[in-house]
Amino acid sequence: MKQKRKITPGAVATAVIVIAIYAAVFISEQFLPPTSMLFTVLKKGATYALVAVSMNLLNGFTGLFSLGQAGFMLIGAYTYAVLTIPVSQRAAVYQYYDGGIIQFALPVIPAIILAGLLAALCALLIGLPVLRLKSDYLAIATLGFAEIMRSIFQWDKLGPLTNGSNMLRLFPTFNDFNIKNADGEVVVYLSTLIPFLISGVCILIIVLLIRSTYGRAFIAIRDDEVAAEAMGINLAHHKRSAFCISSFFAGVGGAMLAMYMNSVQAKSFTSAMTYEILLIVVIGGIGSVTGSCLSSFLFVACSEWWLRFLDQKQVIGGWEVPLLRNGFRLVVFSIIIMIVVLFFRKGIMGDKELWDLFNRKKKKEGAQG
Amino acid sequence: MKKILSLVLVLMLALSAAAMAETVKIGVFEPASGDSGAGGKQEMLGMQYANHETPTVEIGGTTYDVELVYADNGSSTDKAPSAAQSLVAEGVSVVLGSYGSGVSIAGSPIFADAGIPAIGVTCTNPQVTAGNKHYFRICFLDPFQGTVLANYAYKELGVTTAYCLAELGNDYDVGLVHYFKEAFEGLGGTVVDETFPTGTSDFTSYLSNATAMGAGVFFAPCSIAYITQIVAQAASQNAAFALLGSDTWDSNVVIEAATGTNLKVYVSTFYQEGGAPEFDSGIKAWLNEDSEAMTNNGGNDMIAAVSAMGYDAYYVALEALKAAGSTDPKAVNDALWNVTYDGVSGAIAFEAENGDAIRDTAYIKTANTADGVWEFVTVQGVE
Amino acid sequence: MFQTVLPYILSGISVGGQYALIAIGYTMVYGILRLINFAHGDVFMVAGILMVYITASGVPLYISIPLVLVLTALIGFVIERVAYKPLREAPRMSIMISAIGVSYTLQNLVLYITGGLNQQYPTVPWISESVTIFGATTKVVTLITPVLTLVLVVMLVWLINHTKVGMAMRAVSKDFETSQLMGIRINSVISATFVIGSFLAAVGSVLYFTNYTTVIQTSGAMPGLKAFVAAVFGGIGSIPGAVVGAFIIGICENIIKGLDIILIKAGISSSMLGLTTFSDAFTFALLIVILVVKPTGLFGEKTTDKV
Repeated sequence: MKQKRKITPGAVATAVIVIAIYAAVFISEQFLPPTSMLFTVLKKGATYALVAVSMNLLNGFTGLFSLGQAGFMLIGAYTYAVLTIPVSQRAAVYQYYDGGIIQFALPVIPAIILAGLLAALCALLIGLPVLRLKSDYLAIATLGFAEIMRSIFQWDKLGPLTNGSNMLRLFPTFNDFNIKNADGEVVVYLSTLIPFLISGVCILIIVLLIRSTYGRAFIAIRDDEVAAEAMGINLAHHKRSAFCISSFFAGVGGAMLAMYMNSVQAKSFTSAMTYEILLIVVIGGIGSVTGSCLSSFLFVACSEWWLRFLDQKQVIGGWEVPLLRNGFRLVVFSIIIMIVVLFFRKGIMGDKELWDLFNRKKKKEGAQG
Repeated sequence: MKKILSLVLVLMLALSAAAMAETVKIGVFEPASGDSGAGGKQEMLGMQYANHETPTVEIGGTTYDVELVYADNGSSTDKAPSAAQSLVAEGVSVVLGSYGSGVSIAGSPIFADAGIPAIGVTCTNPQVTAGNKHYFRICFLDPFQGTVLANYAYKELGVTTAYCLAELGNDYDVGLVHYFKEAFEGLGGTVVDETFPTGTSDFTSYLSNATAMGAGVFFAPCSIAYITQIVAQAASQNAAFALLGSDTWDSNVVIEAATGTNLKVYVSTFYQEGGAPEFDSGIKAWLNEDSEAMTNNGGNDMIAAVSAMGYDAYYVALEALKAAGSTDPKAVNDALWNVTYDGVSGAIAFEAENGDAIRDTAYIKTANTADGVWEFVTVQGVE
Repeated sequence: MFQTVLPYILSGISVGGQYALIAIGYTMVYGILRLINFAHGDVFMVAGILMVYITASGVPLYISIPLVLVLTALIGFVIERVAYKPLREAPRMSIMISAIGVSYTLQNLVLYITGGLNQQYPTVPWISESVTIFGATTKVVTLITPVLTLVLVVMLVWLINHTKVGMAMRAVSKDFETSQLMGIRINSVISATFVIGSFLAAVGSVLYFTNYTTVIQTSGAMPGLKAFVAAVFGGIGSIPGAVVGAFIIGICENIIKGLDIILIKAGISSSMLGLTTFSDAFTFALLIVILVVKPTGLFGEKTTDKV
């Protein structure tokens, strides 16, 4: 039953804010020194935002507690890296495997899409048996799946394809999007805007999906599986599609992470990475896309930038601040996280979205719409 | 959020402008935590001691204070880029490090983009400097070290079967095993090589594998965290083979694990205590004064080869700054190609293609398990 | 053939016993709270770190070992009170996330205290000595572990079947709400579970780190995960199941590590296949297979969800 959706003030306000953010990113990139930590935070934040939203789609909106995110990111990152390393560089990267077996390179965008598709395909295969499991069993099975993926990609016998456990590098990164003149000087900086665009488009697709009938079915499953089934929702089908869609975007996020890190290695996609993303989702609010985005940037900014001073000795007016030394940043950080988990269980946004904040007054009227 | 961001930005800019007066910053890109944390800290000790000894440098007629800026790359390739970025954001003129090749490779593009030169201290994988013009290195390379060890094992120890163990995904381990295997098989020996996943602590089965294959040496060029486990477990199995190690093994942490056992341990390294008596006594005195430095050195004042290398790297950086006559990273990068320095670990000069140090000898040491010290065995070359 | 395989089986039995001691903590907590206590592996690691620091401060071993056991039990108690009890009415996902948060906090705290350096575990006399058995040399602790594990398990099973606390535990794990109505003080029962689980993890840590002598903040993560898999494998909630599962996983894992060599010796393959890469992954593959084929594990009871 299609209804004509009115353009709400919330949607307008959201669009204005998003466009303003993009403009700010673009402008600041042209005028601020490119070495500033701000851009590192923005690039990594945009990447994590997409991954967090994709996890939220599964954990927050469909109620499937999956801990396989790092595994799907691994698949995406490797697919992207393997397919885009320039042919001329392959001998240097695959130094122990005679240049590897793949002797072509794809452009960036098709490679990113393939990265997502391969992750989704793996999700489909693993989902067949695993999705029948109940909450925590599903969590532990997907966690195990991620660990298995890590081992397979590290296997020496797959070396000609994956470079074994060694690093993949020299593929196009965000910095390659900067437009340069003939002398190699950068004329227009795009290295931060591009990750924003990629994850922006993906998140928009996820939001539209959540607001479609499909998305409402996901939420129904989360709220009450049995009732949802009784209402005629095909459980297996919907769970499987949620799992595959989430994995697709996790794969794209993995490809973006590869571009951010300049190199990929299976070793770094550990369960700790999944936990980190889960904590981002929780801090942002389970069931809020806006929250996941906000908390990604906050999380990355705190851990990479704002709290870094805690790791070094600080002297204020001749008084050496006690306790500050390497590792203190992470202690403070984990205590903050525990406080959020225990006392602010709803996170930053609860299950509200940015547009809800503007629509609140009209909620009563909008309830039937 | 935009407001906060812009506020912080303005603050950052203001602060960095205020701090620029008469100080030159040298970035220290080392692991202070993770599997290589112990080694990274010892390498930093060399730099800190050198900084303590020579805290100023004269550049273009002005005396600058040298400030060491630290970034912990956590021994992991996924933390390395942002650690590197934090050094770049601090405005360093040159970077020293890292201990471990993988993190150096991962951080390298960040320094390249910012036009900042880096001096590798003990990262021996060829990939660190290959094909770029900003990464230099003062130590020898894996093909050299692997060949040296293969020669030593085959010719001096008379071993024909070698067992090699590398950590999965560690470029340093995998590279060394690769070149060792190439050289050892070239000499006519047999090599069995295996890998272990990150975070392994049970090496008993790998040791059993080596015994089952009748290996004469067990070559495991890993991070210190794993070496101590391997040594302890080999001792409890009464291993018949000799343990062969690379430069990471040359540490007091390893010798402590081997003390009181019947193991035979041989390692190749950059520096032998006694090679530069003045440096030895100086750094020992400094370690004994500074309790934190002592802890970072593993609780005693034995000098690790990586500390000597860190010490040399600091002075190479000063030489480059002097030669450049400016703190501009690009000028320092250009000046580095012609820098020569007579360090405690030998004469240092860079070859013109990749910026690798020209070195043709390594020290072989063995563990005196009764007294708990490293003993010098020989100087080994490729021939 | 026997001579080739024996060292791997010995290593497997030893590490399996240590996994078993951790797995009991998982299985008991899950049985009562339906919570995967992700922090349990880290409690195990903290026990190791405590031992390092207490011994380094000059306390003799015969005091430091009991002290570590008591302190670890106390830590388990405190974690439950601080991080899990306030969330008792919250959805299950919240408690699990809290557990992940505790695990993160413990690891970072230890990273800060140790400065990220590996700590050398003190040598416990006698059990650290080497012995030779059927031609394979190993530490005494390898032989002690399975025996001690079995003794502790028998004691625990007796405790659960024949004491009042044990009866309360069984009741709570059967039906949380009804037992509350029957006047069982639920909080004390849950605390007792955590104390016992942490205590056994501490015993496991003494045995484990005597074998593998370095402790670092991540030391608990892998053993913890594997112990959890063992608990699921054996049927979560079942103590004998956890023990059997742990031994199976320990032995399989070590045989995988030696599989290349065994295959070559047996003449089945002629070159190295690099199968050691899968020594960790195998555990998880086993987990997925068992979950799909028999979700309740080897000894688990079938439960049905009520609408």
